[in-house]
Amino acid sequence: MTPSAYDQWLALYEASAKRDATFTTMSGIPLKPVYGPSDAEFPGLFPYTRGVHASMYRSRLWTMRMFAGFGTAIDTNKRFKEIIAAGGQGLSTAFDMPTLLGLDSDDPMALGEVGRCGVAIDSLRDMRDLFKDIDLAAITTSMTINSPAAVMLALFVAQAEERGVARSQLGGTLQNDILKEYQAQKEFVFPPRQSMRLVRDTIAFTAAEMPKWNSISVSGYHIREAGSTAVEELAFTLANGFAYVELARQAGLGVDDVAPRLSFFFNAHIDFFEEIAKYRAARRLWATWMKDHYKAANELSWKLRFHTQTAGVSLTAQQPEVNIARTAIEALAGVLGGTQSLHTNSMDEALALPSEKAARIALRTQQVIAHETNVIDVADPLGGSWFVEELTDEMAREAEEIFAEIELMGEGSMLDGCIKGIEENWFQGRIAESAYQLERAFNRGERIVVGVNDFTEGNDDADLEILRITNEDERKQIGRLNEVRRDRDEDKVLLALEELTKDAMDPEVNLMPALINAARADVTVGEMMGAMEKVFGRYIEIPTL
Amino acid sequence: MTIRVLVAKVGLDGHDRGIKVVARLLRDAGMEVVYTGLFQTPETVANAAIQEDVDVVGLSMLSGAHLTLAPLVVEALRAQGSDIPVIVGGIVPNNDLDDLKAAGVAAVFGPGASALEMVASINEVVSQTRA
Repeated sequence: MTPSAYDQWLALYEASAKRDATFTTMSGIPLKPVYGPSDAEFPGLFPYTRGVHASMYRSRLWTMRMFAGFGTAIDTNKRFKEIIAAGGQGLSTAFDMPTLLGLDSDDPMALGEVGRCGVAIDSLRDMRDLFKDIDLAAITTSMTINSPAAVMLALFVAQAEERGVARSQLGGTLQNDILKEYQAQKEFVFPPRQSMRLVRDTIAFTAAEMPKWNSISVSGYHIREAGSTAVEELAFTLANGFAYVELARQAGLGVDDVAPRLSFFFNAHIDFFEEIAKYRAARRLWATWMKDHYKAANELSWKLRFHTQTAGVSLTAQQPEVNIARTAIEALAGVLGGTQSLHTNSMDEALALPSEKAARIALRTQQVIAHETNVIDVADPLGGSWFVEELTDEMAREAEEIFAEIELMGEGSMLDGCIKGIEENWFQGRIAESAYQLERAFNRGERIVVGVNDFTEGNDDADLEILRITNEDERKQIGRLNEVRRDRDEDKVLLALEELTKDAMDPEVNLMPALINAARADVTVGEMMGAMEKVFGRYIEIPTL
Repeated sequence: MTIRVLVAKVGLDGHDRGIKVVARLLRDAGMEVVYTGLFQTPETVANAAIQEDVDVVGLSMLSGAHLTLAPLVVEALRAQGSDIPVIVGGIVPNNDLDDLKAAGVAAVFGPGASALEMVASINEVVSQTRA
């Protein structure tokens, strides 16, 4: 006789290490690790609706991973060290706009943007300074980069090797989710199919050489920020995940080689229960599709692990202190939904990049949830709620309808469906339509935003102290870049670029070795991207209104 | 006379949610709206504005580069002898309003501006230029 779901869960739970804590309410009532009848769904068991671990936060809290990056690599390195000194377990790198688009800091289009929204990385020298004196074998590094993801990975590997850290020791995540760039965030360079070749090359390279590396963070966050509904965020993100699995299969990898290295990144918006239902539905859908559709045999392939960030678009410039309340509610939804890591936005982000004080309050918000509220003792505390269970089912059902539409566009292939949906503006059109409908609801007063279209007393209060960034960093960074160009061996640069061009022209070749070679020769990010652009072409979006 | 608006994204900022929503709201208000698409330069925006013979240019800026780029768009227009007014919407702190006005920006809309406010302001800016 197969053991009941409860007994299976109990065996897993008992085998997991627990935090040293007593699990009771403030009145002393003992708390079970999870509640429900013995034939219910349980955390740690397929299809993981209630969480990917049997013991959830009783074993380990979520990672409080705060995103950082500004100015030059030296500035950001200093911030990284502060984060590590304050007990941060992982680094998360924000790059500036020119780097995100693969441009050097002295490119005319980079004017006014260098070091502003993140750190400027032009060459190996910058990558070296970014991670100087940081133990790369002990600290995991997440890099939020997409179009030039393969280039950043090459620079990262090259600087680690210089320091004697082997590829196999490097742990971290590359965002590397190019599909959502065309659909939502719009930081694209090459056309979709050529970009997907680079994604394929990074998947194959990390699968072969970097066992501790997550090759893609499949991101719904930006889809939601661009205006989609929660259901669209759920469905588009998972469909993109399926597309990457199919891409890896085309490259000769098995589903179990790639799926365990995919992680996810979702938004936590203000509609509390819908967000929680979204995370629960996401886990159930991914597990079911991986097992039944893609025939994954490894349990790790079934488990959807995700990072959460609270919703930037929900923040208001009016009465910005109220954003602390919004962010707390959103973060709580992420925690009740079982997130593995969390970034909380700062109250001033509808105005500027966060000030140090605002960023600290945002981190403190997570600490209040983790250490004061006692919500961490019981896994999936809303499981079994008639409301949340039905909402979970309904979101999963609506997502399945969208999967069917995408699969139809791709004539049976999610990969082709996602690319065709981009080329035909299907995703972009749906997202823009949802954004427009929501804005109309605000304008008509059908939806209230406190401080914006109601409850506006207090809007004239004194402004917050916000972070000011000058153009000084731009001048500094261009100076650094000029020194690299002056000091390098031009013959090596030309050779490396020739090899890169030759490899780019053969779609069967993996571009990572040529990119790492170019990184070592001090070829700049803009030069590597430029060489590939000559072969791949540039993507120009024909916008629809 | 129907007001013609060019809405534009200058520089590397890919956030296009706001500009697309605003374009549709202005159309709903009876204006004719042309959208440049992403990654424009100040020169391409000025050229498009003159070619399309618009009454006003609306820039959407969310990356923090507004103090650098918005004045360059105004300059590019004036360099070609055009007096088409330029307005800015997006993430603009109050402290930057005076600098933008001094650089010749006719109006600024921060986060949370309503469709009604934008339409009223565009009407006012355009009637001042036409007068």
